[in-house]
Amino acid sequence: MRVISQYRTAPADDMPVVLTRSGTHGPVVHCMNATALARGVQTGARVVDAQAIHPDLHIEPADLDGDHALLARLVHWSRRWCPWTAQDGADGLFLDITGTAHLFGGEARMLRDIAQRFAMQGLTARIALAPTRGAAQALARYGPPHTICTSAQVVEHLANLSVQALRIDGDTNRLLTRLGLKTIGTLADIPRSALMRRFVNMPADRNPLVLLDRALGAAADPLNAPPDPTHFMARARLPEPVIDPIPHLKGLADDLCTTLAKAEQGARQLRLTIYRIDSEFRTVTVALALASRDPAHLQRLFDGKLENIDPGFGFDLLTLEATRVEPVLLIQERLDGKRDTQADVAGLLDRLTARLGRDKITWSDWTETHKPERVEGHVPALHTSPTPAPVLTRERPIRILKPVEEVRVIYAVPEGPPSQFRWRSVLYKTVRHAGPERIAPEWWMDRPGTRLHDYYKVEVQDGRRFWLYREGVLYDGRGDDPRWFLHGFFA
Amino acid sequence: MKTDSSYGQVIQLPKHRVSAAQAQVLPALTDMLCTTPADPAATGFLLSLLHQTGGPILWVQDHMSRRENGQLYTPSLPAFGISHPVLKVHVSRPRDVLWAMEEGAACAGLSAVIGEIHGAPAALDFTATKRLAMRAEASGVPVFILRSGDPGVLSAARARWRIMSLPSLTHSHDSKAPGTPQWDLDLFRARAQQPGRWVAKYDPNASRATDRLRLVSRADTGTMDASDQPVPDRSGG
Repeated sequence: MRVISQYRTAPADDMPVVLTRSGTHGPVVHCMNATALARGVQTGARVVDAQAIHPDLHIEPADLDGDHALLARLVHWSRRWCPWTAQDGADGLFLDITGTAHLFGGEARMLRDIAQRFAMQGLTARIALAPTRGAAQALARYGPPHTICTSAQVVEHLANLSVQALRIDGDTNRLLTRLGLKTIGTLADIPRSALMRRFVNMPADRNPLVLLDRALGAAADPLNAPPDPTHFMARARLPEPVIDPIPHLKGLADDLCTTLAKAEQGARQLRLTIYRIDSEFRTVTVALALASRDPAHLQRLFDGKLENIDPGFGFDLLTLEATRVEPVLLIQERLDGKRDTQADVAGLLDRLTARLGRDKITWSDWTETHKPERVEGHVPALHTSPTPAPVLTRERPIRILKPVEEVRVIYAVPEGPPSQFRWRSVLYKTVRHAGPERIAPEWWMDRPGTRLHDYYKVEVQDGRRFWLYREGVLYDGRGDDPRWFLHGFFA
Repeated sequence: MKTDSSYGQVIQLPKHRVSAAQAQVLPALTDMLCTTPADPAATGFLLSLLHQTGGPILWVQDHMSRRENGQLYTPSLPAFGISHPVLKVHVSRPRDVLWAMEEGAACAGLSAVIGEIHGAPAALDFTATKRLAMRAEASGVPVFILRSGDPGVLSAARARWRIMSLPSLTHSHDSKAPGTPQWDLDLFRARAQQPGRWVAKYDPNASRATDRLRLVSRADTGTMDASDQPVPDRSGG
């Protein structure tokens, strides 16, 4: 839903909306909004079936990767309430608020605060507070909203929930339902020895008895919170506002590289920020082709970029952060004392890209096509590596003109190249020629009006060898008299 | 001669011989002047000089030369025996071309640095070429400047060529078609060798790599000297 609203107006609330993902037999319903839920659309149903029943269903593809990334960010964002947070499945968060509720004015106010802050981000949160992880997730998903459950009330709160709330898999759920054990309360009342025999071989994370014990607090269920991402940053606080950032860059680069070296990381992207005294800030970003923590190299990347930064009336704080890092282990110097040539080229790429711009420095990439001008493409060199060129079967020129230039034919013969032509206001006489070689677009690119190209290698009187083509042939029914173009030069 | 107590005479290894790769040392900075407009002969000659193995080639071009002379068509490089990846840099001003070439000339991981500049801009003066030449000498990367539309202003290049296309030889199978390309090479200033004028034949289909480029000396009258032998090695400058 967040994704939809980024591109266009989101559908109204009273409209049934489903998000789809691809299933074995075509798209299936991934999730839906409240209106669709009220209409009885089921998760996992095929979209065509749902559409047949509800023709006004609004269908959007689900962004599963985006959801996953968002959830991973929310895990860290939710550390505003407590230091221990973790992801729960594909759509939940665990917050271990032990000892932090009083900071927000008690548990009830804390839950309200959480709900409000999620709502401010455009997210609807179902929240429950319970002494165990299992109980909390069961109450959040299946219980009444904003439940607060103390240790004494766990059994009572869970008793009426369906066994599904324990997160058992489909087969076990079906089995328990067949046995008549529909709620957690009935499952807890059964003598354990009878159930133990049946579920003894099940792994712990799917075994209903283990899950029940965890939910009721009889078995330990610790939370494994991912560590905070390390932020690599160097700061320079200045006693007086200054105008020129360049003298401080060396110290910042040294500090940053020391931090990076301790963590065995190298920077792939750097951001220099100046904080001006009029509370504005300006940033300069550079990227690297190969992760590096060489202070001299990092410093050189900012050459010529800091002249254009607007310092206003001066700034008194500078930060240099590595916004993207990659692990770089300690590098073994070469025994013969020579420098590592690969790192040299990567360093050159960084400097060229930092100064001239990303799109100016390119490697070639290749397309398999008949059209000679489309064979070679260009990709920015910073984030790619070169690929070997395709093997040519026909002779091709060493230089080509982009775009092609039209030549004026002075004297033409019906078959073959023009015997005299004018290009850039110089008259050329054809001495020798080879060809034609007919180059047509691939059939799937061919349009009714496309004209074929007949290429000739033409040698003129002073020895230059041109690659000319005629666009179309006379009376091909695709236009006027064919025109001639100069496409390239042979060595 | 020393003797070893247990094994008698110590074997002496043969003296250090110059390997084939070291014999083909290219000059640090080479100027190539194209006298006729949009003439690819200099590009062809330059490609036939390059070593066939090594790191990437840095190819820098300014906007004017791209518009006047077109751009390199990389898929045909293997025809010149070159399989290096080509790092292309396209900038608008000649000053940026020279800056990028200086950066490249100092980078030992490259196998060559090639810059194309059209006209004789003020930025490309003696000092700029001297800077390039000294950097290239320090790092050992050969640097080439392809100048088009340039009368041949002062330059610190270690070898300066003036290159033109010549009518090609007759095609072996088709008398009407252009055959093996020929170029007129005029080495008018060089530090390590005698200046001279040659007719170069380039045959990409020669069986041995060293036979591909053959230079035949050419007298100033324009006639070829009958006694001239092809130059055996590829040390063009």
